[in-house]
Amino acid sequence: MHFTPPRFAAFAPPRGQDHAAVVIAGGGLVGLTAALDLARHGVRVVVLDDDDTVSTGSRAICFAKRTLEIYGRLGLGSRFLEKGVTWNQGRVFHGEREAYSFDLLPEEGHEYPAFVNLQQYYAEAWLVEACMATGRVELRWRNAVAGIENRADGARLSVTTPAGPYTLHADWLIAADGARSFIRRALGLAFEGQVFRDRFLIADVVMQAAFPTERWFWFDPPFHPGQSVLLHRQPDDVWRIDFQLGWDADPALEQQPERVRARVAQMLGSRGDDVPFELEWISIYTFRCRRMQRFRHGRTIFVGDAAHQVSPFGARGGNGGVQDADNLCWKLAAVLAGQAPDALLDSYDAERIPAADENILNSTRSTDFITPKSDAARAYRDAVLELAAAHAFARPVVNSGRLSRPYEGAGRPAPDAPLLRNGRPDWLLRHTGDGFTVVSNGVVPATGLPAITLGQDFEDHSGLAAARLGLGHGDAVLLRPDQHIAARIAAADAAGIAAAHRASLHAVA
Amino acid sequence: MTHLLTAPRLAEPDVLYAALMDAHRDLPPDESRKLDAKLVLLLANHIGELAPVLQAIALAKPPPRA
Ligand SMILES: Cc1cc2nc3c(=O)[nH]c(=O)nc-3n(C[C@H](O)[C@H](O)[C@H](O)COP(=O)(O)OP(=O)(O)OC[C@H]3O[C@@H](n4cnc5c(N)ncnc54)[C@H](O)[C@@H]3O)c2cc1C
Repeated sequence: MHFTPPRFAAFAPPRGQDHAAVVIAGGGLVGLTAALDLARHGVRVVVLDDDDTVSTGSRAICFAKRTLEIYGRLGLGSRFLEKGVTWNQGRVFHGEREAYSFDLLPEEGHEYPAFVNLQQYYAEAWLVEACMATGRVELRWRNAVAGIENRADGARLSVTTPAGPYTLHADWLIAADGARSFIRRALGLAFEGQVFRDRFLIADVVMQAAFPTERWFWFDPPFHPGQSVLLHRQPDDVWRIDFQLGWDADPALEQQPERVRARVAQMLGSRGDDVPFELEWISIYTFRCRRMQRFRHGRTIFVGDAAHQVSPFGARGGNGGVQDADNLCWKLAAVLAGQAPDALLDSYDAERIPAADENILNSTRSTDFITPKSDAARAYRDAVLELAAAHAFARPVVNSGRLSRPYEGAGRPAPDAPLLRNGRPDWLLRHTGDGFTVVSNGVVPATGLPAITLGQDFEDHSGLAAARLGLGHGDAVLLRPDQHIAARIAAADAAGIAAAHRASLHAVA
Repeated sequence: MTHLLTAPRLAEPDVLYAALMDAHRDLPPDESRKLDAKLVLLLANHIGELAPVLQAIALAKPPPRA
């Protein structure tokens, strides 16, 4: 089976002035995730996208466990599991030899694996379907934001469409318009950081290759001397290959299909493999690590690549953006419903800026290892790789990407665990997340909030739920709608639970 | 936390120095550099603690120019 990109009909401009409570500018991976999340919280949203289809090329392919749990919460988890390629094993080669291999060792008892590989276009196509099914998301294709005025009561947007322009007033604007964000530039907001003087060729190759379902990374392989190469398996016999080219490479020349074919043929030939292959997508990429100083600007809030950009080794771009949406949407829904003050949204900045910094730090370190910037840096890199072959201590120093993990500095997401309900296998995280939820052990909590009690509604047959949440008999945790642990309280302490719930909505510690 | 020790501790400093010179003899500059890098990595792992290594890095850096 192969993916056929959908073509969506352009949305015709409404007459005169238009108004919406929430507008999301950009229907990419993160904007669509935010739209679905808000809709599931009962909020109506308008999504503006300048294009009429989903992502071109595979782009963000490695979906990490926490992101899969978020898509589980949004009702799409099983689609990722069924279609995506699950992998745990990674191998790093140096020259002709294997230097290091790692197993992301997913511990038992989680619904989702460490990673599945899936082309970004599948994720976006499913998000579009799911958004439409809610009946609360209006997707306005080929509607580009071409002007913005940020006001105290929202944003006035000038929108262009094939049938002419219109003005749209948004009470709240989520800017999800990608790394080159028009909105960020139009508001004159800085986007500072580091550009790496290197270029990478990224290709989606269709072939029936004999590589295992593992992440393979080569430093200085015989088929691409002096540079690195990364290989990932995707569904539909599509393989993603990233060739490091160096700064001097000519992007126009390197994108010529014949030249790319020669590189792929050389790679396969060096393994004595000459399977036929087709090129599906080619792109040249320069890495950047940078972020905005603040993500919230009054009633305009930036998410995803518009707010922060990382180099792809570590799969932190797409995953980080989805986790932005996870953090923001319940808060905005609570503010819109009058359940929380506007100040709750400041906690989005407080929680996601350090998360972006952690992603940038990790991806900068990986890029520094992969692309040494000086003779000394190259000497250290090669020293580590040479030592790694024979000496275990050097293997964890090898850095071909530190793979995305959730940020835990602002409360950690509740770990999943297997449960039995009426004797049938079930999962903890499936029953948390549409609103605040209390999870208790043994004692039914005295609360008006939705609650699940281990040993009552659910059998914690493996003991993993209580162990992972640290719940002794009579203990409880309050989970936020994004499944993060907000507080630990005694299940019997009704006033304590109510206070913790209030504190979470009012963003007081 | 272990402190970096900078008082003399080696019984035969000349032997250490000679071994380093021998190791580098006839090596082209990039190989020399890689050798030193391997030494640093091996010894840092042997020490097994970041604090004294970070202190050593701070000591080894050229003084900031005025
Ligand atoms: C070539 C390439 C390779 C990549 N490889 C990887 C990878 O291997 N791993 C990884 O994790 N990440 C990778 N990424 C990054 C990953 O794709 C992004 O992190 C992710 O797409 C971010 O999602 P987003 O929704 O914030 O932005 P995007 O997906 O870029 O979505 C932005 C959306 O906004 C729309 N838009 C833009 N301007 C306007 C406007 N003025 N008005 C209306 N709509 C507008 C665009 O059409 C688009 O739909 C890659 C990106 C590229 C370009």
